[in-house]
Amino acid sequence: MSDNVIISAREVKKHFRGGAIKALDGISTDIRKGEVVVVIGPSGSGKSTFLRCLNLLETPTGGSILFNGVDITDRKVNINVHRQKMGMVFQHFNLFPHMTILQNMTLAPIQLLKKSKAEAEEKAMALLERVGLADRANAYPSQLSGGQKQRVAIVRALCMEPEVMLFDEPTSALDPEMVGEVLEVMKDLAREGMTMVVVTHEMGFAREVGSRVLFMDEGKLVEENTPEAFFANPTNERTKLFLSKVL
Amino acid sequence: MSWLETIKQAILAWFDDFKADFILNFIEDNRWKYLTTGLGNTLKITMLALIIGVALGVIVAIVRSSHDNIVHELRPGIGKFLLKLANGVCKVYLTVFRGTPVVVQLMIMYYIIFASSRNGVVVASLAFGINSGAYVAEIFRSGIMAIDAGQMEAGRSLGFGYVATMRHIILPQAFKNVLPALANEFITLLKETSVAGYVTVRDLTMGGNIIRSVTYSPFLPLFAVALIYLAMVMFFTYLVGKLERRLRSSER
Repeated sequence: MSDNVIISAREVKKHFRGGAIKALDGISTDIRKGEVVVVIGPSGSGKSTFLRCLNLLETPTGGSILFNGVDITDRKVNINVHRQKMGMVFQHFNLFPHMTILQNMTLAPIQLLKKSKAEAEEKAMALLERVGLADRANAYPSQLSGGQKQRVAIVRALCMEPEVMLFDEPTSALDPEMVGEVLEVMKDLAREGMTMVVVTHEMGFAREVGSRVLFMDEGKLVEENTPEAFFANPTNERTKLFLSKVL
Repeated sequence: MSWLETIKQAILAWFDDFKADFILNFIEDNRWKYLTTGLGNTLKITMLALIIGVALGVIVAIVRSSHDNIVHELRPGIGKFLLKLANGVCKVYLTVFRGTPVVVQLMIMYYIIFASSRNGVVVASLAFGINSGAYVAEIFRSGIMAIDAGQMEAGRSLGFGYVATMRHIILPQAFKNVLPALANEFITLLKETSVAGYVTVRDLTMGGNIIRSVTYSPFLPLFAVALIYLAMVMFFTYLVGKLERRLRSSER
């Protein structure tokens, strides 16, 4: 294993009802530092389940996931420590509605990284500045638009200074006109060298900033390639069919 | 004009009666003190019972909802066993204390469990608190269950453990959601303490009843008691309404 691999998924399985339903049927891939891995596939293909297995929000029923060389599926491992280094962005934002934007962002750094309030707020404000939301720091999530909420959700995860960011369909719940502002933030992040795993239906994003595309269908990793090759010459029949419908 | 005169006479006579009645029931022998000390005890019992009830209720609600949410994800081991055991204990507690009358629980507490104690106020507080805890637990559990699962996932994905996520993210939201139901439980509790007289506690109701039994004039003492309860309930309802509005306005 080369030493720049951050996450290594090995034969990850998620079976229900004793194997009658195979949401994930043996997925293996390596996520390397600085890579932007885009996971696409039809709905029900298991791409979100796969992403959620990477930080153990879903517990795989088989296989293993190595994060920085540590098998986090081992029950002796304290997953909370590792999750601090894996930021996650959800389809439905999941901001904490009872806290201001600033409190949303500083809660984890203060409680978990033991940062001082001033230090955490300074970092949060700098990040808010970057995504153009510094003036909303003291607003509550309900006062923000969907696109603003998702940008806050991204910087909330960044406040923990993660080594990798996981995106679970970050633009699927947004009004079309707000998709762009969120994708811009993600592209910026990619250009800065953040390691990202992105489950999305945004083919433009995959083509523009993706370093690798994974195509999943029925719980299996069907095709894996660079975006150029993937979109120009898909080899798998299922991939061709999918692309013919979405492009 | 004689009928007007008659009415006037009647009103004056009634007023004289009322005055005499008032003096008899409240002024003579300082009988009003039965009501004030009684009110003091009622408030003491209610407040203590509220604290016990909320503390107990929150713990039971966390155990019950944690059990329902995560026990199927836990791998067999001591943790899973303990959670199941705690859940079983909580279920028995809920069944027993919601399934028997509070007066019976109160008497069992006073005459059997704490038979050696003559501190009726404390025993009554304990009895009402434990009883109320069962209802508060179900109120809180519904509040916890109503929080979107994404909130727990967001907390966990940041690196918070289950307990820390509960504390910082789930419970504050649940508390806000159940505040009206909790206020209702508090008002119920305040009125329920009126049976404390069963174990010789001189609460507000008992105070009025003592006056009645001495003066043989039930009207004023009992209505005075009723009025005081009503005033307290209206006051607390007003306070909770204010608190609710403040909590809500912070999110708009």
